[in-house]
Amino acid sequence: MTATLTAPAPLKKKPGKPKQNREAILLFLPALLPVLILSVYPLIRGIALGFTDARAGLHVQTNFVGFENFSKLLHNNLFWDSFRIGVIWTLSVTILQFVAALGLALLLNTDLKFRGVARTLALIPWAMPPVVVAIMWRLLLHPTNGPVNEILQKLHLTDHPINFLGDFSTALPAVIVVGIWVGMPMTTVTLLAGLQSIDRTLYEAAAVDGAGAWSQFWNITLPQLRTVIVAITSLDMIWNFNSFGLVYVLTAGGPGGKTMLPMLFAYNEAFRYGNFGMAAAMGDVMVVIIIVFLFFYLRNRLRSEA
Amino acid sequence: MRTKPATRFLQYVAVICYLVFLGFPLLWLISSSLKSPQEFASITPSILPKHFDLSNYSDALNEQGLVRGLGNSLQISIYSTILVLIVALPVSYALARFRSRLRPLTNGWILVSQVFPVILIVIPLFMILRPLHLTNTIPGVVIVYTVWSLPFALWMLQGYVAAVPRELEEAASVDGAGRIRTIVSIVMPLLRPGLIATAMFTFISAWNEFFFALVLLQDPQLKTLPLVLARFVGAEGQVQFGPLAAASVLATVPSLVFFAFLQRRLTSGLLSGAVKG
Repeated sequence: MTATLTAPAPLKKKPGKPKQNREAILLFLPALLPVLILSVYPLIRGIALGFTDARAGLHVQTNFVGFENFSKLLHNNLFWDSFRIGVIWTLSVTILQFVAALGLALLLNTDLKFRGVARTLALIPWAMPPVVVAIMWRLLLHPTNGPVNEILQKLHLTDHPINFLGDFSTALPAVIVVGIWVGMPMTTVTLLAGLQSIDRTLYEAAAVDGAGAWSQFWNITLPQLRTVIVAITSLDMIWNFNSFGLVYVLTAGGPGGKTMLPMLFAYNEAFRYGNFGMAAAMGDVMVVIIIVFLFFYLRNRLRSEA
Repeated sequence: MRTKPATRFLQYVAVICYLVFLGFPLLWLISSSLKSPQEFASITPSILPKHFDLSNYSDALNEQGLVRGLGNSLQISIYSTILVLIVALPVSYALARFRSRLRPLTNGWILVSQVFPVILIVIPLFMILRPLHLTNTIPGVVIVYTVWSLPFALWMLQGYVAAVPRELEEAASVDGAGRIRTIVSIVMPLLRPGLIATAMFTFISAWNEFFFALVLLQDPQLKTLPLVLARFVGAEGQVQFGPLAAASVLATVPSLVFFAFLQRRLTSGLLSGAVKG
């Protein structure tokens, strides 16, 4: 929801009143213990687990093995494949859905008809269970019963049914299209909210100065949208990089590992082969990638804003 | 405005393309759920069913596993929503009203929890819950969902608390009400739209959740609806498309209700009325 993007309102009261601090801590108590046990501790333990040889089993005996898991990963072709596929998936979904969403948001910000319909439809894909989205697209892309093949053949774009999700060359692109279908509406609505908060008088002033639509877009719309764009694209990238359920049900990483996203790879390591340590190491690698990405992306984007 | 007719035309084409891209899959799913088995067998599938047939829905609801999954999902979602609200209300009040040291820590944790890959959390969770005999149980999943929906619930709720006018609370404290009394009798009623929105959000996240459920629930009796649906597809070859589509539509209904409800509810000017009145 767009709530992610709205900062909490600034506080008016002065800080540091001891009585207030005590009251705040009391109000925090019911949440503190469960969160520490079931979220903070597992997170730290999970990071540490990547440096051990932990395996699934009734009595988990773990030994510290240093960087062994990481060096095994680096020598594993499947790891590199999943990493490459993860990057292709993340970048294609995020960039394509952003470009499409920006165009759409600009359209919906004008006085076109259908705006209401488009906005109402917009959040449904985002709220649908990912498993249902995956099932729906399996029905759509089905080689013999699916309407997509039916339409392509009617239009004579292909003479034989395509097994989109089962063919080596089409599986990843097909999965990417589904990813865009899920994510684009949410991005559109967020960008639309950003567009609507831009001060109209800026455009009026620019029009008086003789700026055309193009120049208004580059010099007003994009700079004014910068914070929203940075926020939504970085969230989209992280969500896409970490995504699991959608592709798990669409292809389970197949055919032949062509859609094996990093999370699917890690899940298989942990819960199919029982290599908890290896899966955690994979998680560690993903965290490092996300942190490095966030650092450079946010630093560059937000600095140029200031 | 001074948009050229040609541009205008292209704009409509673009919007219609979008609506088709967005709407066609949904339409196809719903229409598939209403088609009779004979229509599925036909070589040229039509977009709309020739005659509406509810047998897929009754078939889906006659499927043992599916009904059980529906029940499990309902239970888990309702319990974790109630727990989240109980835990989140005091914390978000504290977050919105006091500047304590826990505030930056909590907001940091909210961000971190959105960013981390769940694989790192799920293995240790599994290792913590198993000795407690909470893996493969509904309470175990409820606890996990509660903790993991909490960050977003706090993010939403603290915004709503911040929007409750302080004047009302000050008036209450002038009238001699204590902090707890103020929260219960002043803040909570005004917070109703926020609580409802948060509850719905939490319910939907639990209803849709797949990964934790996949790892924590092995027992077929306990599987949630998404797990049951996913297994349906796994056994390809014998998949009955009609009942599968019907079950998928049923699984999406809560989300649809959520949006139908939110759109009306959240725009109401409850708060402004309270201040001026």
